[in-house]
Amino acid sequence: MASGYLIRKNQYYDSVFLMRVARALSDEPGVRECAVVMATDANKELLAGLGIRAAEVSAARPNDLVVAILANDEALIARLLGEMDARLTSSSQAVRAADYRSLEAACAAQPQANLVVISTPGAYAGREARKALEQGKHVFIFSDNVPLEQEVELKQLGRARRRLVMGPDCGTSLIGGVGIGFANRVRRGPVGIIGASGTGIQEFTSLIHQAGSGISHAIGTGSHDLADAVGGITTLMALDVLGADPATEVIAVISKPAGARTLELLQERIRRCPKPVIGCLLGLKTALDAGPRFVQARTIDQAVERTLAALGVTSALLLRMPRKEKGEEIPPRFPGEEGRGVRSPRYLRGLFAGGTFCFQAQQVLWDAGIPVYSNTPLDSRYRLTNPETSLEHSIIDMGDDHFTRGKPHPMIDATERRKRILQEANDPEVAILLLDFILGEMAASDPVGDLIPAIRQAQESAARRGGRLTVVASVCGTDLDVQGLDRQKAMLMEAGVYVLPSSAQAAEFCRDLIQRGEGGRDG
Amino acid sequence: MDDLMALFTGPLIAINVGVRDFGLALEQQDVQVIYVDWSPPAGGDQEMLDLLDQLL
Repeated sequence: MASGYLIRKNQYYDSVFLMRVARALSDEPGVRECAVVMATDANKELLAGLGIRAAEVSAARPNDLVVAILANDEALIARLLGEMDARLTSSSQAVRAADYRSLEAACAAQPQANLVVISTPGAYAGREARKALEQGKHVFIFSDNVPLEQEVELKQLGRARRRLVMGPDCGTSLIGGVGIGFANRVRRGPVGIIGASGTGIQEFTSLIHQAGSGISHAIGTGSHDLADAVGGITTLMALDVLGADPATEVIAVISKPAGARTLELLQERIRRCPKPVIGCLLGLKTALDAGPRFVQARTIDQAVERTLAALGVTSALLLRMPRKEKGEEIPPRFPGEEGRGVRSPRYLRGLFAGGTFCFQAQQVLWDAGIPVYSNTPLDSRYRLTNPETSLEHSIIDMGDDHFTRGKPHPMIDATERRKRILQEANDPEVAILLLDFILGEMAASDPVGDLIPAIRQAQESAARRGGRLTVVASVCGTDLDVQGLDRQKAMLMEAGVYVLPSSAQAAEFCRDLIQRGEGGRDG
Repeated sequence: MDDLMALFTGPLIAINVGVRDFGLALEQQDVQVIYVDWSPPAGGDQEMLDLLDQLL
């Protein structure tokens, strides 16, 4: 195979832009592999993995663009590299003349700005956030891999100056009806939510919308906020804000487990909150003692139901939440039963774009006594030594660092998940595939459509072995999202996928299938 | 009004630093956004950056 590359010194592009250029390039007939990256150390490793090890590539710096192409045809490589500058500059997202060279210049030009949204690589995000806070702005930090000590410092600075620090690693917020980051379009209403997880907020707000209610504000805190090192600074500030906000009647808090000391602080603050608080701390096994207005929930679905109940929403409105759509038609027998191999298919493989959905699905299975392996396990004894290879029942967070280093997140690009679906389908022991799909701002324009061919191929691959692959999915989103919730669900159902109304219910459906299989395979 | 509460009552005006799509998504929701043409300071040289931070 031939390869070629080009370097453009001091031409910086953001990662999402580069992903789009790379995708267009890889769609060119004849291209086997390609990389369109800034020359960071991690990306240079990636390039070396493709066999691009030239001295000038090694010497390139993070401000330098590298484009590498692998193909059988050298003339094709030369042509595509020759067209590269035109491709880069013709993009509608090229830098505009009105852009500012620095945050300071932008603040000076628009002193009324109240929010700075930061999505630089993590190593630089803390620096920009500190400048923003010093300029009196609130910050939303999408960037991850920001050192924890920097997060603590930023949040302490924010607290002292009465500025909100959402993040680092904050995927979603909704402020006054405006979605920031990966957010779904939902109607406004009386429910406030505070969440350490972006997808947790997306699922909760979407389900509240689907149930007919609405959201006042959703405040993302970043995934580390409830760690004891940070002490829940943003969560506690958000509780105060929503407690005082006249538009908010009920508050939900959704998070993965909190540090022990922070949990104490949180309970104490909830006790003082004048409004009902619904707490869903996924993975927490104990009951919280947070006063008479506090209600605990085990899953995001439960949090939605209990929030609606706290609002005094009539049962008719509760009933508007679909329970099981396609799921009513539970397969008559355990899906793997028809397998003809020596090893009969019996295992579940979950491939998730949403980290919280991955966590919640594991919790649903473990609660039923079903052990499950993962790259982000609930029980560390069940950590996959190689995230690329599943074992028995496995649930994989494909948004985890291992899969996103130098590659786009599965919420915006389906490439890695597509490959993994086909890989799992080649394993004769796999009976059930569990998937999540996430709609909304910033997400892929057709998340289901991107994976349908792979799902069909996986089903066919199982059929060729004389077996059957049961595919179960949930779609997080609303009818207001540009991707269209109904349209996305319809495509899945058309492909014979069992579509459940929420991620928790999809996991519960798989749990039921596994239990039926193990308890009554002969029946 | 308290500066913290003001974020939740007034209109958002945002400055975008990094991936341009974050700002574009806000613009689609009728939020005024201004963009910083960000690139790694000091050419991404961490040692140089640390030195600059010490000087400032």
